[in-house]
Amino acid sequence: MTGPKLMRRKADRIDELAGSGGTSLAADAVRRMLRSPVAITGAVITVLFVLLAILSPFLAPKNPFIPYDALKNTLRPDSIPGPMPGFVLGSDQNGYDFFSRLLVGSQQTLIVGVCATLIGVFFGMVIGGLAGAFGGWVDTLLMRFTDILLAIPSLLLAISIAALFSHGTQWTVIVAVAVVSVPIFARLLRGAMLAQRASDHVLAATALGVRRRTIVFRHMLPNSMGPVIVQATLTLATSIIDAAALSFLGLGDSDPSRAEWGLMLGRSQDYLDVKPELAFYPAIAIILVALGFTLLGESLREALDPKNRR
Amino acid sequence: MLRFIIRRLLQAIPTLLVLSILVFAWLRLLPGGPAEALLGDKATPATVASMNRVLGLDQPIFVQYFKFLGRTLTGDFGNSLTSGDPVLAEIGRRFPATIELSGCALLLAIVCGIPLGYVAARHRGRFIDNAAVMTTLLGVAVPVFFLGVLLKYVFAQKLGILPPSGRQDVTIDATHVTGFFVLDGLLTGEYDAAWDAVKHLILPSIALASVPFAVIVRITRAAVLDVREEDFVRTAESKGLTTKVIRRRHVLRNALLPVSTTIGLQTGLLLAGAVLTETVFNWQGLGSLLSEGIQRRDYPRLQALLLLAALVYVLVNLLVDISYAIIDPRVRVR
Amino acid sequence: MALLEVRDLSVVFRRKGTAPFTAVDGVSFDVEPGRTVGLVGESGSGKSVTALAIMGLLPGRGREVRGSVRFESVDLLTLNDRQLRDRRGRDLAMVFQDPLSSLNPVIPIGLQITEVLERHRGMPRKQARVEAADLLNRVGIPDPRRRLSEYPHQLSGGMRQRALIAIAVACRPRLLIADEPTTALDVTIQAQILALLSELVKSTDTALIMITHDLGVVAGLCDEVNVMYGGRVVERAERHALFNASRHPYTHGLLASIPRLDAPRGEKLVPIRGSVADNIPWEHACAFAPRCPNALDRCRQVRPELVPDYGGMLRCHNPVGPLMAAEQGVSR
Repeated sequence: MTGPKLMRRKADRIDELAGSGGTSLAADAVRRMLRSPVAITGAVITVLFVLLAILSPFLAPKNPFIPYDALKNTLRPDSIPGPMPGFVLGSDQNGYDFFSRLLVGSQQTLIVGVCATLIGVFFGMVIGGLAGAFGGWVDTLLMRFTDILLAIPSLLLAISIAALFSHGTQWTVIVAVAVVSVPIFARLLRGAMLAQRASDHVLAATALGVRRRTIVFRHMLPNSMGPVIVQATLTLATSIIDAAALSFLGLGDSDPSRAEWGLMLGRSQDYLDVKPELAFYPAIAIILVALGFTLLGESLREALDPKNRR
Repeated sequence: MLRFIIRRLLQAIPTLLVLSILVFAWLRLLPGGPAEALLGDKATPATVASMNRVLGLDQPIFVQYFKFLGRTLTGDFGNSLTSGDPVLAEIGRRFPATIELSGCALLLAIVCGIPLGYVAARHRGRFIDNAAVMTTLLGVAVPVFFLGVLLKYVFAQKLGILPPSGRQDVTIDATHVTGFFVLDGLLTGEYDAAWDAVKHLILPSIALASVPFAVIVRITRAAVLDVREEDFVRTAESKGLTTKVIRRRHVLRNALLPVSTTIGLQTGLLLAGAVLTETVFNWQGLGSLLSEGIQRRDYPRLQALLLLAALVYVLVNLLVDISYAIIDPRVRVR
Repeated sequence: MALLEVRDLSVVFRRKGTAPFTAVDGVSFDVEPGRTVGLVGESGSGKSVTALAIMGLLPGRGREVRGSVRFESVDLLTLNDRQLRDRRGRDLAMVFQDPLSSLNPVIPIGLQITEVLERHRGMPRKQARVEAADLLNRVGIPDPRRRLSEYPHQLSGGMRQRALIAIAVACRPRLLIADEPTTALDVTIQAQILALLSELVKSTDTALIMITHDLGVVAGLCDEVNVMYGGRVVERAERHALFNASRHPYTHGLLASIPRLDAPRGEKLVPIRGSVADNIPWEHACAFAPRCPNALDRCRQVRPELVPDYGGMLRCHNPVGPLMAAEQGVSR
């Protein structure tokens, strides 16, 4: 068997073999991160948060989703009970166990962040990938659209999207925040892929006769993932904060039993002089988690920057 | 130079058009349909039918869009569902409050941010640099509305040294000329009113400035670090120029280029932040108008505000582009 | 007393996490007033770092400088920042390689010249502008008055380099250092710039240190040449002696590798084997030994010293014989 098909297969094979050996960018990055205290702090916070989210249903002393009479009966217009026997932090404004809700809130908060980010990454990569892989008018059209979306201040865009839903649910917030991040990922991936297309190793692969599909998936995409991962980590932080802002404005879930930190923070505004902890504790939790992801993301960016390699 | 300005102005128009199309599309997607949304409680089959005619819903979509564009350009946004007043009038009344607050916040962010960014770059790796970077991280991680709430709690409630909300004390009888309370006080000689207005500005400005401040510090720091490595700084050093001259004419002039683009982008953050900050501090500006509009699903108001936000954003970026051309001669060639 | 006396200059770069890198290793040479001295070598030989060390322009952190650089009897390495700044631009000046990146893009050319005049000669702005126009004229830029208010990106590459030269000579420094001033330019412009430099230094009796990797530049301009390799000077000779009878195998290799128009077709090019390696210990060996066709065992064990040789200086255990060099017909 001879001819173009065999040549292409051979080229793919050489290409495969050539890809091994030498220290990979990923290994270098991990090593550099292990030496940075910033990276370690970020990673530790992130891991603790995820662990909390997973284990919280088992750690919570009371059921966070139902009000307790013992608490409800002590609610007054101007006082909400603090720590009581069996209820570590006392009640929230509706008679639920505040401590358990704080713990379990980590789950919903993580879900909001992860879902919004994943949706944003997925659609962003589709748009950006198409633009970057095809170039030409496809690229121009998609990028014009993306630029307009990017021009709109994120909160206003999120509010507009959220307002389209007739009543607020958790998904309102997730979708609104996701839509805001789509253009960011689209631009990012398209930029990375364009840079890849012009790079020497892609040119070399094309000259060797490697198939376009192989080039895109084995060469261009993996090398473009670095910035995407960094941005995804940072977006996780900002989605949680933006979601909290939307809840504060009243666009979030109206169900009082749902335990999510942003929601808890947003709803506690009216009770500041009565029981400020209702606002402060979820806020501190959000700030810590956002910081953790941001530190992780920033140190990832430093670590993956090829300029830092000696 | 004039040619450049005109060219930029013309380039802004398509962007505005696209944004107006987006708002138009958004209007069509509202739950229940645009007519019902714009009528709110007053929606009866009769009123809906007549609204449909006004909007041109029985006609092709281009006609609808042009009607929409026509209404926008004449300022006909209908009446607010909550207050019954014409939306345009409401906006006119509340406009100065937001300008005063945003302007103050931006000023604060620039005046504090650029020097801190420069100093952090100068003393890279040392305490002030690490402290600055930490502050910027916090600035972004702390939700703006929470910062506002925290400031209110500490300074107004606990310490009682600053007022918690509003723009002016109800007990002060101030004459308002321009709508900018501080300016009004100064213009009419009512200095106590001016001072009172300033006191009311402090907390909300700090809250609103937090994110732009963080961004400005980071960008300035990064820009200064980059510029210092540039070859022309080495040339300047080889000429034996004093550190002061090099800093001013060579380092800063070039470092401020990326910083000034950012300032244009900060408007976006300010618009968004204003919504939250004004709500927390009960500041009677466009931001709180928007959030009230959200709560009550007052779509005429929302529509008008979104269009206004788009216009403001495009205009500010236009101004930034022009100022960029003034500072960086290389841009003018394009 | 020579104008510039460099003695045992060494520069070591230390960065966290990597081994210390010796860029310049015990370099010594003199520059007499009015003479043009060449510093020749390939990338990595340490010639640019030497120049920056003389000017005191090395990046601030992570570097160790030893030895002495006596300019008009004052050791520049012992001066503080202010004293250095007083001398730079006035007594000694430098012309850099890339004229586009070496000029401030956001201020006009005129200002970049007048600021030197204002700084060192205390000229008021108006007078400085007149002088600046005159300088631009002297370096061969047409319509100098108009150019004063133009920006670097509005000038061509050659004109930018002329402007850089104008800036450097504005205060009539006694020493001018040119670091590969023509490398970034077209070949035709190169010749013009070199002619300009040559004419300028002759007419003002300025000493010039010419840093280059291009032997053609050396042949046209330099009175005396220092060949550098691995951070050390390996050969020093007067111009004609270098080209007619080079002694160091490296110099010899450089000269032999130049393609010649009159060579018979089909004759192969002669490169120098190998490439510059930068982390082999040179303490007790000759830096060039791995690539040297004349290498002896001694070359890998004992560091050769720079010693006088036939009117020049040589650092080699097994040099090329002077007769052989002449035989090779390597001449200009």
